[in-house]
Amino acid sequence: MSPTYERADSGLGERRRSPAEAMNNDRIDHILNEHQGQAGSLIQVLMEIQEENHWLPREVLVKVSEQLNVPLSRVLRVATFYKTFSLTPKGQHKIHVCTGTACQVRGAQRVLDEVQELTGIKPGETDSDLKFSLETVNCQGCCSLGPMVEINGETHSKTSPAEIADALKKYE
Amino acid sequence: MPRINSASELEELRNSILSKKEPGKPAIAICAGIACLGLGNGRVISAFEAELKKQSLEAKVELRVTGCHGFCEKGPIVVIYPEEICYLEVTPEDVPEIIAQTVIGKQVIDRLTFTDPDTGTKAAYQSEIPFYKNQSRLLIGNSTKINPQSIDDYLALGGYAALAKALFEMSPEEVLDEIKKANLRGRGGGGFPAGSKWETARNAPGKEKYVIVNAHEGEPGAFMDRALFTGNPHLVLEGLIIGAYTIGSRQGFIYTRHDTPVLRKNIDLALAQAKEYGLLGENILGSGFDFNVEVHLDVGIFVSGESSALMRSIEGKPPEPRPKYIRTSVSGVWDMPTNLNNVETWANVPQIISKGADWYSSIGTERSKGTKLISLSGNIVNSGVVEVPMGTSLKEIVYDFGGGIPSGKQLKAIHFGGPMGGSIPESLIDNPLDFDVLSKLGASLGAGDMLVLDEDTCMVEIARFFLEFLSGESCGKCVPCREGIRQMLRILTNITKGKGQAGDIELLEEIAEVVGEAALCSLGRSVQKPLLSMLKYFRDEFEAHIKEKRCPALACKGLKLGELT
Amino acid sequence: MSEIMLQIDGREVAAGEGTTVLEAAQKAGISIPTLCHHEILEPYGGCRLCTVEAEVRGRTKLVAACLYPVEKDLIIRTRSEKVDRIRKMILELLLAHAPDARDLQEMAQEYGADKNRFAKEPSFCIHCGLCVRYCAEVKKKHAIAFVAMGTSREISFIPEIAAKECWNCKECFPLCPTEALQAAFVLTKELANF
Repeated sequence: MSPTYERADSGLGERRRSPAEAMNNDRIDHILNEHQGQAGSLIQVLMEIQEENHWLPREVLVKVSEQLNVPLSRVLRVATFYKTFSLTPKGQHKIHVCTGTACQVRGAQRVLDEVQELTGIKPGETDSDLKFSLETVNCQGCCSLGPMVEINGETHSKTSPAEIADALKKYE
Repeated sequence: MPRINSASELEELRNSILSKKEPGKPAIAICAGIACLGLGNGRVISAFEAELKKQSLEAKVELRVTGCHGFCEKGPIVVIYPEEICYLEVTPEDVPEIIAQTVIGKQVIDRLTFTDPDTGTKAAYQSEIPFYKNQSRLLIGNSTKINPQSIDDYLALGGYAALAKALFEMSPEEVLDEIKKANLRGRGGGGFPAGSKWETARNAPGKEKYVIVNAHEGEPGAFMDRALFTGNPHLVLEGLIIGAYTIGSRQGFIYTRHDTPVLRKNIDLALAQAKEYGLLGENILGSGFDFNVEVHLDVGIFVSGESSALMRSIEGKPPEPRPKYIRTSVSGVWDMPTNLNNVETWANVPQIISKGADWYSSIGTERSKGTKLISLSGNIVNSGVVEVPMGTSLKEIVYDFGGGIPSGKQLKAIHFGGPMGGSIPESLIDNPLDFDVLSKLGASLGAGDMLVLDEDTCMVEIARFFLEFLSGESCGKCVPCREGIRQMLRILTNITKGKGQAGDIELLEEIAEVVGEAALCSLGRSVQKPLLSMLKYFRDEFEAHIKEKRCPALACKGLKLGELT
Repeated sequence: MSEIMLQIDGREVAAGEGTTVLEAAQKAGISIPTLCHHEILEPYGGCRLCTVEAEVRGRTKLVAACLYPVEKDLIIRTRSEKVDRIRKMILELLLAHAPDARDLQEMAQEYGADKNRFAKEPSFCIHCGLCVRYCAEVKKKHAIAFVAMGTSREISFIPEIAAKECWNCKECFPLCPTEALQAAFVLTKELANF
């Protein structure tokens, strides 16, 4: 099994830099400049960077701490507290499997098991080729579509292990 | 848009809007609720736009993208007005035919209408479909008739008349009395009398008072608040403004999710349009009452729906709950009196003011008045949002509205309130939807999310699943919740794997008791509720797992047929 | 500040307005067990060991004494069957993580807590937060923080800050009831050098 990036609480894992990440630095700097010194905007700033960059690298967190004048410990506390933030890089294809109660009751676990089997990663992980990231999400509010899987924002509703296996073939 | 400066100007505007409406003009109402969008309704909407353009019908036919219609299982849903013909599971390929045959030709396309799965009877009109027929859609009924991004649509249906009545014909005390008389109880999970809460905030000392709409809806399986708010944001806003007037608040907050772009957009538009018309902001309708609203977004965690945690979040701090020694109605956001209510609670307010408390209390049971939005999900044929009067039997909700259990399975239990709620076994489903009755049975109504469980469900596994969810959602500050969840989860996981030991049930009960009594916040004090309700009604399943290493529902891997694999 | 009369374990106690039940009890020489409480830090309410029965106008509830404000005619019971049961359970839950922690042993004996009740998960940290709060409130350095949430929550030194501040400080070390802090610091120092 290929090595994986695990969800590291203090962000002390290794990471490879992709070309896309280098480009985003300018945009991140722009976001930080807008909120210079505004400690109260911490959550908003992290959310904007997460949306822009899809993850929060360690050095960015240090920058946020410096620019917003917030202790680094608080930045880390907030970044690790909320599942919205990812401290590990995301893969090219993001797979979200809903494991809310209604989806579970309709068989979401078997779908999740199949996805884990096919991608070789567990929820919260990215594979070493940075191809797939897997997350479990909690109820998106469309329970009649359960079991529900989102791949790159595209919804696969009332899916099954066989159907999701088929869908994933597209990304081989 | 002209600013409205009095109640009579409001009526003039309303009449002017109505006079511009052509009564017979065809309208295509397409549901853009979360489920329908997930089913590809976006492409259906584009197809309609393209076809109407192609046929040069844009001026003659209204294309209305609405909020949730409620019949999520059968989406994408399209309703054609004025006939109210309802088409289900519509695809982009159906669109040209719908326009040609129904919109223009006034013919019903049979294959797109509802077919009763048991009798085969067809129903072309929304009012005939069993799912809709017997509901009391007082709150959500208008969602098909309005474009949520148009305040004029809301005004055309009588919107903001209740606000005008409250501001000009009633004093704040009179409004408060009406809400108290109506016995409006909180729809977010607490079931607490809204009138009392408002009164406390109104009477508490403080130079500022705040009102909050809790639109967080973090509970898995609950989607009715989003359905209502996205489809009719002005209904909630009107209720909020009336509440603010009563309490004496000049600043309101709407706390909602960060991951629902359509809802956010609709809220932002509603606020902007209301402000432009003078229904929000300074000197509302020329009454002298000022009130403004700010929108705050969550960051996606469950505990931020708890009211004291939510208020910390509005202050810009991490949403850690505070012990409720001082009620938030007395000391909430920035230690000022704050009244927080759920989306549905606020939505009930305008009709109470318009039609009166006497009318409102004629609906429902003795102590649970009005209607309730229910999100049905799980092992049920018709998953979706229904609105029924309080007092409706659970059996009716599951079988008449819900269409029963798929694949001919038996109903095992109905679970209310998600990870902080409880289950009602099948033997008790003749009970009514009522705050107090259900509470006594150990399964509070909660926010109204009903998870239907069939015979293949292992109740031990469900209890374990909820605790697993909570292990990631607890803030982790206090010992009873954090460690209690940890140990209860470990024991339950062992039980589902056939490693349960004698004494486990008693130990679980002991931990549960301490957690329920000593945890810091209301989330912590509720984490044990699902487990306790499972033990109350399904103790034999736990015992089978432990003593016989057997899962009666044949669900737990490795425990089938009494053998460990 | 006006004086408020309340009753603790049958004794009449006078306390200033705005004080907590714990402060009032301590002044009157009545002991209530605590773990996460420290007189120079803001009350935390995390360990819940100070849970007491509070009766007001005939209704009894369970509250954390370190946070609950005194009020007129309040009746407090610092020991009862229910309170004792709660404290025993809390101690047993904590002993699963730090079975030999010195600050837990005496209390464990008092309440009959069994350190083997739960399977051991020796993380040693019992989340009293004394280290985090001391560094934030007193030293104002924020070198150590809580990260993650729920059952994954843990304390973590921030290497960038700790490398600069902690070696010459270490004032939080004696506060730690389980001596986990020392271990955590050493580990982090190694990582920072790595």
